[in-house]
Amino acid sequence: MTDDFDSSRGLHSDVFALSEIYALHVNGGTHEVRDAWIGESLLFVLRERLGLMGSKGACEQGECGSCSVMVGGELVCSCLVLAASAVEQSIVTIEGIAPVGSPSDVQQAFVDAGAVQCGFCTPGLIMATHALLERSPEPTEFEIREELSGNVCRCTGYGRIIDAVQRVAVRRRAVQP
Amino acid sequence: MSALVGERTRAGRLGDSITRPDGTAKVQGSFQFSSDLNAENCLWGATLRSPHPSARIVSIDLSAAYRISGVEAIVTAADVPGQATYGLISQDQPVFASDVVRYVGEPIAAVAADHPETCRRALEAIVVVYEVMAPLTDPERVLDGSHPPIHPDGNLIRHQRVLCGDANATGPIVVEGTYEIGMQDQAFLGLEAALALPDPGAAGVELYVATQWLHEDQKQIAACLGLAPAAIRLTLGGVGGAFGAREDISLQVHTCLLALRTGRPVRMHYSREESFLGHVHRHPARIWMRHHATADGLLVKVEARMVFDGGAYASTSSAVLINAVTHTQGPYRCPNAVVDGYAVRTNNLPCGAMRGFGVVQACFAHEGQMDRLAAACGIDPVDLRLRNAMVIGDKLITGQVIENVAPVERCIRETAALPLPDEPVGGHDRNTMRLPGGAGRTADAGHIRRGIGFAVSIKNLMYSEGFDDYSTARCRLADGVVTLKFATSEVGQGFVTIAGQIARSVLGVDEVVLGTIDTGVGSAGSTSASRQTWMSGGAVNAACLKVRGLLFDAVAALYHVDANSLSIEGSDIVGASGALRVSVLEASTGLEFDETVEYRHKPTEDLDDNGQGDCHTAFAFVAHRAVVDVDPELGLVKVIQIATAQDVGRALNPLSVLGQIEGGIAQGLGLAVMEEIIMSEGRVRNPSFTDYLLPTFLDMPSVVVSLIEEPDPIAPLGAKGVGEPPTISSTPAIVAAIRDAIGRPLDRVPVRPIDIIG
Repeated sequence: MTDDFDSSRGLHSDVFALSEIYALHVNGGTHEVRDAWIGESLLFVLRERLGLMGSKGACEQGECGSCSVMVGGELVCSCLVLAASAVEQSIVTIEGIAPVGSPSDVQQAFVDAGAVQCGFCTPGLIMATHALLERSPEPTEFEIREELSGNVCRCTGYGRIIDAVQRVAVRRRAVQP
Repeated sequence: MSALVGERTRAGRLGDSITRPDGTAKVQGSFQFSSDLNAENCLWGATLRSPHPSARIVSIDLSAAYRISGVEAIVTAADVPGQATYGLISQDQPVFASDVVRYVGEPIAAVAADHPETCRRALEAIVVVYEVMAPLTDPERVLDGSHPPIHPDGNLIRHQRVLCGDANATGPIVVEGTYEIGMQDQAFLGLEAALALPDPGAAGVELYVATQWLHEDQKQIAACLGLAPAAIRLTLGGVGGAFGAREDISLQVHTCLLALRTGRPVRMHYSREESFLGHVHRHPARIWMRHHATADGLLVKVEARMVFDGGAYASTSSAVLINAVTHTQGPYRCPNAVVDGYAVRTNNLPCGAMRGFGVVQACFAHEGQMDRLAAACGIDPVDLRLRNAMVIGDKLITGQVIENVAPVERCIRETAALPLPDEPVGGHDRNTMRLPGGAGRTADAGHIRRGIGFAVSIKNLMYSEGFDDYSTARCRLADGVVTLKFATSEVGQGFVTIAGQIARSVLGVDEVVLGTIDTGVGSAGSTSASRQTWMSGGAVNAACLKVRGLLFDAVAALYHVDANSLSIEGSDIVGASGALRVSVLEASTGLEFDETVEYRHKPTEDLDDNGQGDCHTAFAFVAHRAVVDVDPELGLVKVIQIATAQDVGRALNPLSVLGQIEGGIAQGLGLAVMEEIIMSEGRVRNPSFTDYLLPTFLDMPSVVVSLIEEPDPIAPLGAKGVGEPPTISSTPAIVAAIRDAIGRPLDRVPVRPIDIIG
């Protein structure tokens, strides 16, 4: 079957004709993206071209929140954002939320509260929780449910995640003057 | 490449709620799931699937696809070097369809190319000519014999009858109903993904894959590739949830084939739509039941006819069916039974394992019946269940005696005693967001009706029907550090957490290193059937005990004491007289003990033609109470609270147990009110998370839990598996609560708005 293979008659020029060079500002650094197909999502480019594998793809439709990152201060589903449209904006991913080896208070609370099982939804939920507590430092349980409802978890039934978020809120309040 | 290599579990012994050893990596996004793995010079793989539920393949033309630059290989059935088919119980499923396709989504070819977009275009360029046939989609047409076989193995996958006691027995109270259960998807978040690395000369392949059972995959892949099992080395890629959907082969053989063909690493990732088509689902089922009882509600006889739609291929349908028929009576005494169960083949999506494995369907029916019976007898539903609750020494309708532990009455009483929610409809703040319909703000609080429902279940643990069920673990102790090695799939349930707890408890060490989860040690069996705490826990425990015996022998020889007098106290070895105390660290310094153990549960029997036999190993029990608010005009439901008391044997890690209970209830809630793969004429109408609804934060209520700890003497650690029971009776409890609210029979799940409005 490989006899049929003829690379000279391929679609290479068609597939990648629209590729161009663009730069993304991710986690405080600037990354040049070259030879990319213009149709690639931000999630794909973060994972496959920049090697930032922490953001996860699970639905490709913005329904599950596993791919949540911050773009220009907004929590977005990176599967729905074209990478090339995210230039000129500050992007923060799970890798940029806290220094390596020093988990954020939210990350630590998720571990301590038992909010992690398979962990596939976890990076997205960590991003969403940081965004929530930024907007609303003392959310009620109902607010937590409402605000995080764009992030689906299939393992936990959410109870321990709510506990984790509440633990952070309580601790942050305690350390405030 | 495994995320668990060299990870050290934190301090904590059995019974402690310690945190996961992989928790920090998971919250930081550095844990490597199977979809995160990559290799130098790696290609992408993708699968061409049938758009028809039933068709003859006339021709497949790959030439246009091969002309696309970046396409490195395309494989079809003609390229499968070994066995053309695979399957967990019977090997009836083709690696690639060659002559006919039997369901929408059946693989026909696989492509390896340089970019996912190149793959997509290549798949589009493959020309398959089909002769489309009318699909067989109605299971009843299999049973009435009106449809010719759609597979050489025939259309009936299994029929099992259970005859118990007097088939002609009757009671003064008779209730009957026909119950339907929709097709549920496991919907794990971590889509199917694998990375295959070929050996030079295509002599073998290394596969990193998210699976529930590495050794079973190895066996099936090797057979299809025509290679010895040892030539296929599997390592667990991080698993993003499983729930039964990773027990069968999906992309394993395809990925390996492409890697062997190209001589390059290949990774394959399913899309969400493809995942809906590419793994087995919970069987849709139709169950008729008739219960005979005395006037005071004691069961006299149960009759049932169960039809499970297995879809196009057998998968585990025959085992799912057995679970259903042998659990017909539920956790209740019932002296007489006539049950016929059928698992049939159709052109619908193949069905197999999902959390609860056949018992979910049976329980929805028997609990609906118990409520009907309570109403017919004029007895409170909880009281009726208490009157019939199984106790130790009672028999299943298979003749098997319930031994050792059977806290059914406790489950019921403790669940009923848990506090009811104190909040009124809409909550104390009268927030319309809390009403059924939530952000839609459509419901009128004054019209909402509250209902309460109850359900109880029994679930078999581990594998049944004579299967040689075992797990292997290796324990190495050197210089005070324990290294554990097992092939137990960690799918999120937390076996990696309790493995360390077991080693610390048995050996008195602090530091436990977990080896890579791969086929470099014997099989652990599948992470399914609520079996790994018991089975792999039993294996780790036994391996640690063997090492401890050798350590005690060494200490006894050194200090001239009797090895039998030694025990572990904290991190020390102590003698019975108290005269000797030496730390495990000191005692093991300079020594090395390395033991591998296979643990087996007691043998089980096949069922005979009348469904009699000790086919199961052990059982767990649970009760659920649901409180719901229902908008009867709009057909909307909001679950307000679930209360549950579960028989767990012994909670080795209470926080993990709680997580399993809450998570299992979420899946039970999903089946009760929203989750269903909708099929018409063999086609899936909703293969996406936009259209297949999953419970979100807003759909899950608070859960009140009571753990019933009565250690099972035949369980190696006293602990029972806890994963499945929460999923089983939570569904009928919620439906019972909706019935209570609106006063209508609801015999189908998921309950849809139209079912409520009527």
